[in-house]
Amino acid sequence: MKDLSLFGGGLTRRRLLGQAGIAGLAMTALPAWAQTIELPLPGGPGSRPITTAFPQKGPMILQRTRPPLLETPFEVFDRGVFTPNDRFYVRWHWAVIPTEVDVDKFRLAVHGNVNQSLSLSLKDIMNLPHVEMAALNQCSGNSRGLFVPRVAGGQWAHGAMGNARWTGVPLKSVLDKAGIKAGSVQVRFNGMDEPVVPDGPDFMKSLAVDHARDGEVMIAFAMNGRPLPLLNGFPLRLIVPGWYATYWVKMLNDIEVLDQPDANFWMKTAYTIPDTPNADMKPGQAGVNMVPINRMVPRSFVTNLKSGATIHAGRRTLARGIAFGGDSGVKQVDFSSDGGQSWHAARLGKDVGKYSFRGWEADFTPAAKGNYTLMVRCTNSDGVVQPDHANWNPSGFMRNVIEATTVAAA
Amino acid sequence: MGRMRLPIVLLTVATMAPILSEAKPALVVQSMKVTLPASTAMFPPGLGSDTVNGNCLACHSVAMVMNQPVMPKAAWEAEVNKMRNVYKAPVAESDVATIVDYLTGIKGPK
Repeated sequence: MKDLSLFGGGLTRRRLLGQAGIAGLAMTALPAWAQTIELPLPGGPGSRPITTAFPQKGPMILQRTRPPLLETPFEVFDRGVFTPNDRFYVRWHWAVIPTEVDVDKFRLAVHGNVNQSLSLSLKDIMNLPHVEMAALNQCSGNSRGLFVPRVAGGQWAHGAMGNARWTGVPLKSVLDKAGIKAGSVQVRFNGMDEPVVPDGPDFMKSLAVDHARDGEVMIAFAMNGRPLPLLNGFPLRLIVPGWYATYWVKMLNDIEVLDQPDANFWMKTAYTIPDTPNADMKPGQAGVNMVPINRMVPRSFVTNLKSGATIHAGRRTLARGIAFGGDSGVKQVDFSSDGGQSWHAARLGKDVGKYSFRGWEADFTPAAKGNYTLMVRCTNSDGVVQPDHANWNPSGFMRNVIEATTVAAA
Repeated sequence: MGRMRLPIVLLTVATMAPILSEAKPALVVQSMKVTLPASTAMFPPGLGSDTVNGNCLACHSVAMVMNQPVMPKAAWEAEVNKMRNVYKAPVAESDVATIVDYLTGIKGPK
């Protein structure tokens, strides 16, 4: 899988130009993208191509070709609470991604501190009792591009998230088949992707044993009733409801039960947040305790009106959108059309599960001409409310400030 | 979370007829083969661009850098060192200064 020759004598410009030459022919014939979008990132750059060049994907915002980072265009979230598979965002850490999967040969290994190691075929897994759950998948760094001061990393707007109905089997069923031995502390998940460089850290994530066995964490083989797109983790993906997507390991083919806490780079160093309310700290602040990112927090968005849109003064106007509670359900969504000075409860859409997006809508009438700042605020079932000031941390994780959409009444 | 059983069909050929929806649609999981697009873009030409093209594009395409915000030289230095020390990019120590200067030139404060 690895093309280690790339590093044999250093990657030369000629080699790169050679690669470019092959794809360049196709590009000359017909550009894979012909459109751009402007993301509202403070200080820029906000311009991104819209691409249709990726397999099993419709038009997506191209953040990076290799390894793929594809953002869901925000208007998709206005069309319903479930994000279609072909518009679901894509995020990979390493560029060595298998592009071919044989469903007969595929095996999921379960090993480590267990009574019996397993090598399960897809059929073995799909023959276990199924569960289905609606759950939102959100990148830890969703909306990172809106951090001020700006931070390095994938420069996403709000589209590094999606909501789907996942069908699979409880992780607990698989772990219980292997039998977790006493003294186990964590369960580590690895997928089929690999580092480009031989000694680069393979992407792996771990959950506490009790979390892994809670009956909610699942191994999914279907998304919105269809097999997962390859770029979303075909054939199997870990679903960790209420937790950030970094734990939702794609192309899952290895589960290892550990009798020591996982000290691998992706748990110990990467994907850590300040252990403070809202994962908030000051740039350069010293002595902050960092912990692995974990549960999601509530967020909400207006989806039918964009900043800069024009509406009619004196006319009743509908605002609608999506909300989510994070690690619990949506209790309440409040709407403001005066920049947060006054709020009233929005009407909530159907509850399809506490880990899902939930629709909301509210009416307002702009009395006079001028600008109106629309805000929406979610309170989750545990009483956690979106904060009114934006958090900051060096990795750009866990943004959940109340967002503002400014429209003009004319 | 409801328990359910879907009829399962595992297929290994890509040419099977589509499964028609009944009361419970069958979930068909077929072997899959896709092609990912290549990235062809290079860094803007300039002092050090050959070094940057040669060292950086093996692991990620150029957009990863071009989409970053303006950051001070110290931040670019930290990024390059992270690529070397954490992600084990085989970047020669003697190339680091050239790469940092180039990145600061295109993405540093003006």
